[in-house]
Amino acid sequence: MSSNSNKGIVIRASIVIISLILLVKLFFLQVVNDKYAEEARRISRRIVTLYPDRGLIEDRNGKIIVFNDAAFDLMINFPFRTKNFDVQGFCALTELSREEFEAKLAEARANTYRGRAIFMKNLEPRLFARIQEGLHEFSHFNIETRTDRRYDYNAGGHVLGYVAEISRSELEKTEDGYYDIGEYVGKSGIEQFYEEPLRGVKGFEYHTVDHLGRIVDDYKDGVENTKAVNGKRLTSSLDIELQRYGEELMQNKIGSIVAIEPSSGEILAMVSSPAYDPNMFSIKNLGKYYRELARDKSKPLLNRAVAAQYPPGSVFKLIMALIGLEEGVITTSTQFSCSNGFRVGSLHVGCHAHAPRPDLKYSLITSCNAYYCNTLREILHQGNGETIEESYNNWRNYLLRFGLGSTLGLDVNQEKGGNVPSAEYYHRIHGHNRWNYLRIISLSIGQGELLFTPLQMANVAAIIANKGYYYVPHVVKAIDGKPGIPERFLERRETGISDYNFNIVRDAMREVYERGTAAGSQIKGITSCGKTGTVQNPHGENHSMFIAFAPKEEPKIAIAVVVENSGYGSTWAAPIASLMMEKYLMPDSTTQRPDLYERMIKGNLMPVDNE
Amino acid sequence: MNERDNGTTYLDGWSLMIYLCLVLLGWLSIYSASHGGDTFELDFSTNYGKQIIWIGISLLLGGMIFLIDTRFFDVFAYAFYALTIALLLLVLAFGSEINGARAWFEIGGFRLQPAEFAKFGTALALAKYLGDIDSNIREFRQQVVAFILLGIPAVLIVVQGDAGSALVYASLTLMFYREGMSGLFLILGIGFIILFILTIAYGTQSVMIGVLVVCLIILAFTYTRKGIIRYLVGALVVCFALSVSVQAAFEKVLKPHQQIRLEVMLGLKEDPQGVGYNVTQSKIAIGSGGFFGKGFLNGTQTKGDFVPEQHTDFIFSTVGEEFGWVGSFVVIVLFASLFLRISFLAERQRSKFNRVYAYSVLCILLFHFAINIGMTVNIAPVIGIPLPFFSYGGSSMISFTLLLFLLLRLDANRFNELDSVHT
Ligand SMILES: [Zn+2]
Repeated sequence: MSSNSNKGIVIRASIVIISLILLVKLFFLQVVNDKYAEEARRISRRIVTLYPDRGLIEDRNGKIIVFNDAAFDLMINFPFRTKNFDVQGFCALTELSREEFEAKLAEARANTYRGRAIFMKNLEPRLFARIQEGLHEFSHFNIETRTDRRYDYNAGGHVLGYVAEISRSELEKTEDGYYDIGEYVGKSGIEQFYEEPLRGVKGFEYHTVDHLGRIVDDYKDGVENTKAVNGKRLTSSLDIELQRYGEELMQNKIGSIVAIEPSSGEILAMVSSPAYDPNMFSIKNLGKYYRELARDKSKPLLNRAVAAQYPPGSVFKLIMALIGLEEGVITTSTQFSCSNGFRVGSLHVGCHAHAPRPDLKYSLITSCNAYYCNTLREILHQGNGETIEESYNNWRNYLLRFGLGSTLGLDVNQEKGGNVPSAEYYHRIHGHNRWNYLRIISLSIGQGELLFTPLQMANVAAIIANKGYYYVPHVVKAIDGKPGIPERFLERRETGISDYNFNIVRDAMREVYERGTAAGSQIKGITSCGKTGTVQNPHGENHSMFIAFAPKEEPKIAIAVVVENSGYGSTWAAPIASLMMEKYLMPDSTTQRPDLYERMIKGNLMPVDNE
Repeated sequence: MNERDNGTTYLDGWSLMIYLCLVLLGWLSIYSASHGGDTFELDFSTNYGKQIIWIGISLLLGGMIFLIDTRFFDVFAYAFYALTIALLLLVLAFGSEINGARAWFEIGGFRLQPAEFAKFGTALALAKYLGDIDSNIREFRQQVVAFILLGIPAVLIVVQGDAGSALVYASLTLMFYREGMSGLFLILGIGFIILFILTIAYGTQSVMIGVLVVCLIILAFTYTRKGIIRYLVGALVVCFALSVSVQAAFEKVLKPHQQIRLEVMLGLKEDPQGVGYNVTQSKIAIGSGGFFGKGFLNGTQTKGDFVPEQHTDFIFSTVGEEFGWVGSFVVIVLFASLFLRISFLAERQRSKFNRVYAYSVLCILLFHFAINIGMTVNIAPVIGIPLPFFSYGGSSMISFTLLLFLLLRLDANRFNELDSVHT
């Protein structure tokens, strides 16, 4: 019997071994592996998102310019099995054929994010009403309300930006995982930059669902539920009426207008032409117009006001004069001779006909090229054993303090920084310190490698209006009626040039209106100051430019206008700038110059399509 | 010792206590799986309400065993066996077909599954047959008779379409082993299982190539031994025959859904939405329980009915989800303690009848326990057998209780048995 008793021990051992195997397997399943806990949550927990209202956007005068509308998506919640699912009934409800249903299901499966996907997008109102009526029968589906945007003013599209469905890559990029598939997010302009205050905070309700997707209970008694917090109302610095007026003036032209309140850096208008109706970007329209806009050769989606870069041309002479004065190399009485331009050896920079020995003021009014070639020579030839690099950088640093050569940090996307070449750039071309002012003489008249954006030019106008300082331009002035915009928009930035010198240049700019190139654009009752510019365009007619501010004392508006392919600055840019200033400073009266307004509106300067 | 007691003086308290614990835990799990509320309401239309009735009947019948003289079971062992076989035959003729198996009598809203009671009859018959002083399981003739005794109900149950329940009878070979049958049978059995799995996984052809290679390797080391070639050729032929018949049996005997179940269990097929769905959901429920569990009545998977058959075959998933690994540990330790206790009781019996019966009970319970919990965590095939004392169902509750209580009755009476043998 002893051998049989041993067999009893074998049996007991197998009891223990079986139990241990089960316990170890269970330990791995329950304690070591947390995949199952996740999976259980995924299939048994339904998250109902409570969407906050997106914040409204008003203009500086309290006019609501962006408000909300609703769009509806039909969402599907996985896991979903067609087994035991009334496909026929569902297809009847959603007016889909069996094939369409299968196709949409396959597409949804492929695009699942966190167990959910859009099944039908942007339901039309009739279908939405019908589906909502019968949807309770189909527990795997629910309707999600999206905040669509609407615009009463057909203006400001580039600044306001638009919202659109978040892309797969954006979903994966956001670190806090805030967004879910199918949600809408600001894609450009204010909508993008101020996405966080605008969107508010989503709320969540957690429910447990059964295997058929029916809600059976609150998840953890609802302790994890959160309420939605509505988005904040933004006050834009735009004057929407001025904006609309600017877009009207610029119709059928390519170019930009940027108007700034000098004392604050608030952007009053930012026009990029050709423009588009912001309603074209609403959820209901996006599919229809986006491709068309993206393909248009005149690039309506490009915000030229911040992304187009031009050589500043004669407008730059204002800055040259200020630097020359501040450096002490010229004074109001300094004269340089000009006989059809500036000549050194074989080098010749042409000029137009004017009195032979202009002084500073006259040189600005008449826009003498030779005067500034000489000024640059004086600035860069200061002796004291300075290298060209040192004196060049001294000059260049002035430009940087004017906010040139790099982006200003506007709260609207697409911004470019323009170009102010570094000394290294010339070292590379000519050899280390083996160049002098003659090599870069075209910079003195705003040509050569210099590139400014219209925004930077308007900012230069604001600096001159302010006699030496600026605030980083921005398009939003308040969040929920309170300050709360980024700090950098509230910091005063100095150029380091004295009031005295600014006054000299400002007086000259005033005379440009009184007897110079902008004489045709006078506004009665407003002391405007300005400077025209013309930029050679190798591809066609020259671009015309104008910067201005008004009134001369306590300026309320500084402006830059660029009209491409339009010839001289005085023909198009200056009149448009003056109409804008008149509109802003005298909003209640009709224009003094209906003829000028008519001419500007009717002007068609779009390039002729040769193809 | 001559004094007759009412049968409970020597009742094994340990086994009874563990039994009651398991029944209580089982009922709590069923309560949770059938969505009992936070406040208990006695409602006999619910599964947990019905289970109270089954537990009550089981305890009543179990108590009645203690009123019956043990010799009654000895004398009428074959009659019990014949009765259960008769029921198995009757159910084939008059039973209702549920889930593809004709295994149930439906009597006024209640269902009775004769296969559950057949275990009891078979255990008694084997005890009677092998308990005979003259019988010896080492002898071929008696092995044949013993296998026929357990083979008849097994075959009838297979015919009903419930191959899973039939497999339980295979576990009784462990009892044969204890009673003296060579361990070679077990080893051959395990070898057969390996061959079986490999055949289904890789097909006869590959298996035979593998076996041939193994034989050649053995031959390379042992060719000097006399007669080795004969053995190896014999083994080769047997393996071939088995492999071919396994392949045939798999394709012809098993129904398609059983084939898939087996393949999913062997990891040959991934089918989380199909047959593997139950197991996947069971693993999710158990796995999500973590160390301490989600708390009684707080299992999200249990509440949401994610695990099909949760209150019956997959009842352990409720334990795993709501009580975590700690709860699983308690339940498994309770079962293991019960089994060890039974093996202890078995070994202390002086009557062979009692010992064979005790080991039969142990084998049946152990098999149910191992396979049932194993299938909820995907290490055993889903053959649809209940977890003793836990799973919802009258037939299994009553039959497991009777199995255990008769063992306790025999054990409590072991000194009297001894007397009766000697008188
Ligand atoms: Zn000149």
